[in-house]
Amino acid sequence: MSSLPNISLVGNPNSGKSSLFNQLTGLNQKVGNFPGVTVDKKTGTCRLTAAHTAVITDLPGTYSLYPKSPDERVVANVLLNPRDPVFPDLVVVVVDAANLKRNLLLFTEVKDLGLPVLLALNMLDVARKQNLQIDVPLLSERLHAPVVSINARTGEGMDALKKEITKMLTNASNGLAPRKHTFVEAAEYVPELTGQIKRQFGLENDYIAYQYAHQGEEVSFLGQDQKRQLERWRDDYRFQDKSLQARETVARYEVIGRIVAEAVKEADNDQRKENFTSRLDAIFLHRIWGTVIFLAILLLIFQAIFAWAEYPMNLIDGGIAQLNQWLHNQLPKSLLVDLLTDGLIAGLGGILVFIPQIAVLFAFISVLEESGYMARVVFLMDRMMRSVGLNGRSVVPLISGVACAVPAVMATRSIDNWKERLITIMVTPLMSCSARIPIYTILIALVVPDQTVLGVMNLQGIALMALYLLGFAAAILSALVMKWVLKIKGRSFLIMELPEYKMPRWANVGLTIIEKVKAFVLEAGKVIIAIAVILWVLSTYGPPGQMQQAEAKVRQEYKNAGKDELGNHIASARLEASYAGHFGKFIEPAIRPLGYDWKIGIALLSSFAAREVFVGTLSTIYSVGSDDEDTETIKERLQQEINPRTGGPMYTPATAFSLLVFYAFAMMCMSTIAIVHRETKGWKWPIIQLVYMTVLAYVSALVVYTVLK
Amino acid sequence: MDVLKSVADLKPGQKGIISKLQEDELTLKLLEMGCLPGTEVEMCHVAPFGDPLCIRVSGYLLSLRKSEAETILINC
Repeated sequence: MSSLPNISLVGNPNSGKSSLFNQLTGLNQKVGNFPGVTVDKKTGTCRLTAAHTAVITDLPGTYSLYPKSPDERVVANVLLNPRDPVFPDLVVVVVDAANLKRNLLLFTEVKDLGLPVLLALNMLDVARKQNLQIDVPLLSERLHAPVVSINARTGEGMDALKKEITKMLTNASNGLAPRKHTFVEAAEYVPELTGQIKRQFGLENDYIAYQYAHQGEEVSFLGQDQKRQLERWRDDYRFQDKSLQARETVARYEVIGRIVAEAVKEADNDQRKENFTSRLDAIFLHRIWGTVIFLAILLLIFQAIFAWAEYPMNLIDGGIAQLNQWLHNQLPKSLLVDLLTDGLIAGLGGILVFIPQIAVLFAFISVLEESGYMARVVFLMDRMMRSVGLNGRSVVPLISGVACAVPAVMATRSIDNWKERLITIMVTPLMSCSARIPIYTILIALVVPDQTVLGVMNLQGIALMALYLLGFAAAILSALVMKWVLKIKGRSFLIMELPEYKMPRWANVGLTIIEKVKAFVLEAGKVIIAIAVILWVLSTYGPPGQMQQAEAKVRQEYKNAGKDELGNHIASARLEASYAGHFGKFIEPAIRPLGYDWKIGIALLSSFAAREVFVGTLSTIYSVGSDDEDTETIKERLQQEINPRTGGPMYTPATAFSLLVFYAFAMMCMSTIAIVHRETKGWKWPIIQLVYMTVLAYVSALVVYTVLK
Repeated sequence: MDVLKSVADLKPGQKGIISKLQEDELTLKLLEMGCLPGTEVEMCHVAPFGDPLCIRVSGYLLSLRKSEAETILINC
């Protein structure tokens, strides 16, 4: 595959780069990681002509080659390193025609690197609406590069673009070099230094050498010795990186200003003001209405996640249960079949059931991003979020956290400031994710009466909402604490483009949903399946002989019971004698102050890796029968459970609320720990997170139990 | 020129010409985003609690925090 030519897509955020990528590659794309950094690397293949195929890499959006965030750093890492596996044979710079000046800054930088460059001029339709007339042939001449007009949303101009790409690649393979042109001779600012670097590193291009001087110590592909060498030279030549970079940027804008003045005719400047975007912003960015509309949209999202996603979730749940039942009936009774059905398939079901919610959530988020509204949310919420140590950009992770913390933690990558990003990662799992819903539902049903109060409000509904607010409040308070405790320096800023509003491109929305669901199934799937299997083993096996003894004893006691009842009692007794049962008894002293017994202990332990296992374990423990996870049945069984110490019911309101609060706060999700480990590049933060959330959960549950007892 | 004014002093709808960027960590970022001396800026929106701000510069909408806007000096 390495013989295929590499094409890099480069461009500003909001330039339509991702739409172009989707147009060119369709479903032939995959998401990986750039080595060493957790930045999504999207590559795909594109059939240019019948005979030509190319590998296309979608590099993260950036405004210049000088990076401000880990995402942007990837661009420099790829373009400055000829040995990079995706080092481009051709760079396609995607440019927003309505925003030509600012977009051309990056173009001139890439062009000065001496790489073959093609300019894809996107959104000419928007430019025309703004009365901008662009002389494309003249622009191409002045930029010393081919320019192709495209519409990445409709797919217009794709054939012309592919043709031009093929032509440039063919020329290159025939040894025909593209037109070389340097817009700004930045290397001339420090000729001795760049000369040194060129010789030492065997570079041909002045501007690449100059970029080494600027960011050679940062890039991923140079060794420690080389970096030290660069650092020495920078000191020797008194390299003033900041003022040089400012000088270069101003010089570039001067050149661009001249080119744009020639190639672009602005018809009437005043007409641009009253466009669609400014009319919408008058409402969406209004101090009061803007916030009200945002809250309304939030409500709609929650409604969709909880109400609409319920139907497909029930279907999946029922389907898995039926499949298991069917397999039980079809296959001979054996331990291996049990492992397959109660271990593997049940575990798989635990993952699949969340897909509808994640799909719905990311449908919304992707529509909001695509339309340009999400940047407005960041704008509206920044001040409030900042007062608790977060950032306007923390809003998206916090909302996503309501579905699942795994994609939410990944969504924090857009936060440039490390401290704010870290705090967002640390508090996001406190948002009540969908895995907590079954636990909330069953425990609330147990102790909160199904009553209507104040005419319209359902008491159980209020309790559920209170738990969500509790999680949100805990997230905000924890953020506030971390804001004061964490001593991490680094300037936080919010210099962000508010893009023009546009209709979302539905193909992009669809691809985002597929990508997120895939990531969730793979990330969370590995862990949950493993846990399901381990739990199955621990509850199926026990110390030698003990389980058989327990079973024999039950058979003795319930001689006259029906077949089902006997089976249930046997399962229950076997569990008590299993390793899991021993474990539960072992930790009972630690959890008794919270109002729990060893049976709840097993459920706690088993759900430590994945909280969604809790209800399933309860149904096993109370021998409801593992195929019957119907809320009513478990509820009835739990109500009958007697506390041997008091003689009263086990699940008093005190115990139930204590459990509810525990599950609201506890970090019981191995997948989240794994993803936090990946995103923070170490075990320090996931361990701190696990400890602080567990302590918070334990103490809160203790307080709740003590007060209500 | 009496008092030095910055972008943060503009009211929504008011315009000014950038005269100078005060030396700051974020000057480079602002330059890259098209906030160059000699460019016209217009204040467009102010977020709840008066921060961040949204300006029109070089033909597009740019949001920035008040502290960042204060480093951009203008002539009115």
